[in-house]
Amino acid sequence: MDARVKPAHDDRMNRRVLGALAGLIIMAALIAAPFGLKPYGIYILTLWAVTTIAAIGLNLTLGYAGQVSLAQGAFVGIGAYAAALLTTHGWPLGSAYVVAAIACFAIGWLLGYPALRVQHHYLAFVTLAFATLAYLVFRNEEWITGGIYGISNIPRPNLFGYLLRSPRDFYYFCLANLAIVSLAAWWLIHSPWGRAFVALRENPLRALSLGVDTRRYTLMAFALGAGLGGISGVLYAPLVQYIDPTPFSLLLSLNLLLMVIVGGSGYFFGPFVGAIIAVLLPEWLQAASKYYLFYYAAFVMLLLIVSPSGIIGFFEKCFTATRKAEPPPAPAPEVKVA
Amino acid sequence: MAVLEVRDLSRQFGGIHAVEGVSFNVNEGEILGIIGPNGSGKSTLFNCILGQLQPSAGEVRLDGRAVTGMRPCDLNRLGVSRTFQLLQVFPELTVRENLILAAQEHKGSMVSRLFGARDVGLTGEANRMIDFFRLDHLADAKAGGLSYGQQKLLDAAMAFMAGPRLVLLDEPAGGVNLTMLANLRDRLEAINREGATFVVIEHNMEFVMSLCSRIVVLAEGRIIAEGKPEAVRQDPKVIEAYLGH
Repeated sequence: MDARVKPAHDDRMNRRVLGALAGLIIMAALIAAPFGLKPYGIYILTLWAVTTIAAIGLNLTLGYAGQVSLAQGAFVGIGAYAAALLTTHGWPLGSAYVVAAIACFAIGWLLGYPALRVQHHYLAFVTLAFATLAYLVFRNEEWITGGIYGISNIPRPNLFGYLLRSPRDFYYFCLANLAIVSLAAWWLIHSPWGRAFVALRENPLRALSLGVDTRRYTLMAFALGAGLGGISGVLYAPLVQYIDPTPFSLLLSLNLLLMVIVGGSGYFFGPFVGAIIAVLLPEWLQAASKYYLFYYAAFVMLLLIVSPSGIIGFFEKCFTATRKAEPPPAPAPEVKVA
Repeated sequence: MAVLEVRDLSRQFGGIHAVEGVSFNVNEGEILGIIGPNGSGKSTLFNCILGQLQPSAGEVRLDGRAVTGMRPCDLNRLGVSRTFQLLQVFPELTVRENLILAAQEHKGSMVSRLFGARDVGLTGEANRMIDFFRLDHLADAKAGGLSYGQQKLLDAAMAFMAGPRLVLLDEPAGGVNLTMLANLRDRLEAINREGATFVVIEHNMEFVMSLCSRIVVLAEGRIIAEGKPEAVRQDPKVIEAYLGH
């Protein structure tokens, strides 16, 4: 037991250095990426950044606080409609941030109330009902959402008087948003709130007996997750410049859930990787034309069989395995995909 | 001076009276033992006192103030702490984080906990507790990787982190080996000397008789005997309750 536990400190230092290094490389790659890509490639990368923000939100609610939500897509929709309506009526995108964040936070808070009574699959159904309701509002309340005709001519935002019209400019804008959201989420997860969220996920009864107001933290987890969903929507509307109800159907909520779980639920970098799988991988697999859904589904199933804790969980397992086995370092088993 | 007063507390599940008209006081600084055969209502009694269950009737007072049915988290912040019959640590948090979590909600507000220090200024106290319960070599290990006995010690340590006035321990000795048990009793007595009051549910008679200054015996939801360990041990009603069936 002791031999296993002793190097915990070294281990953490190593991991921190490794993590910082990986972070720097990825950041440099993300900044350099648009120079080697066509506009469509930049669009997909922007979509990844925007989607990741929503997935980070769901990871807070589900991954850290353990509250199942099938409604994250609805919050993206609310944010997107808020941005579309405000900016097409001459308001700046900044106003959409405020409106969407406040609206989604408040609705998310209310949606948290059922979670105080029901958990797991029952909670999933309650949130699913909300997602369906939101979709019906987007589709049927034509007077405000434009119904199936949607809202077009959504302008790209101005930043200090500079219009972010080109794909590359808007990509950097979204990347900056992602960076800010990531920092805020990092801060939150490593604050006492993050600890309380994990306690809520692992053992709410015990947390309650230790003075953790589980009711308040549950509602907060829903509200914060929903708020980030809204922010994601605020960026999505000017990215595609035309929205209708279709992208905000239940499918988006399921897709976001998939991202969080495939990436690694409850891991900070889980949503980033999950969004790669859900947004970028289908594009790369387009080459396989009509079989791509088949490959994609096979990959996801295989992954979850090999590592139920997602891709980040898989890497963590390999990392610990190599540490334990050294020397010689055990080669990490690879998941082979077509 | 009574820290805790329980008056006519009852709890029914359907037609079954799990706890029926139970009254007792817990005096400042004492270690009160609650014993009784399986199913005699001990854990239900704890859950009613601690707000985990709503009592069907009766009253609970803490320092003379009515706290019946108060939420466990609010009661905890008034200085009442507990452990559970089954192990309840947070496996994905390290030992130190488990301890910090156990007291963080007692400090500051939601806002200050979000923007203030990561450890809420509790690292020192956590380290003291880690030392005190002899878990030093495990401070940075995830709690889920500890042995059963070590987790049991951590579980107890968590109950003491916020410096509670009153601690309710539900079977602290269950499944703990003899060395660890002596360590645990030792620690509990030391904390008691520092001023904490205890109520202990326990099946291990030797442990309970040596630790507690007074004992309450429950059978079928009612108190059948109360007094010093020696007196309770000889009480024919107690012997009947344990051996009668």
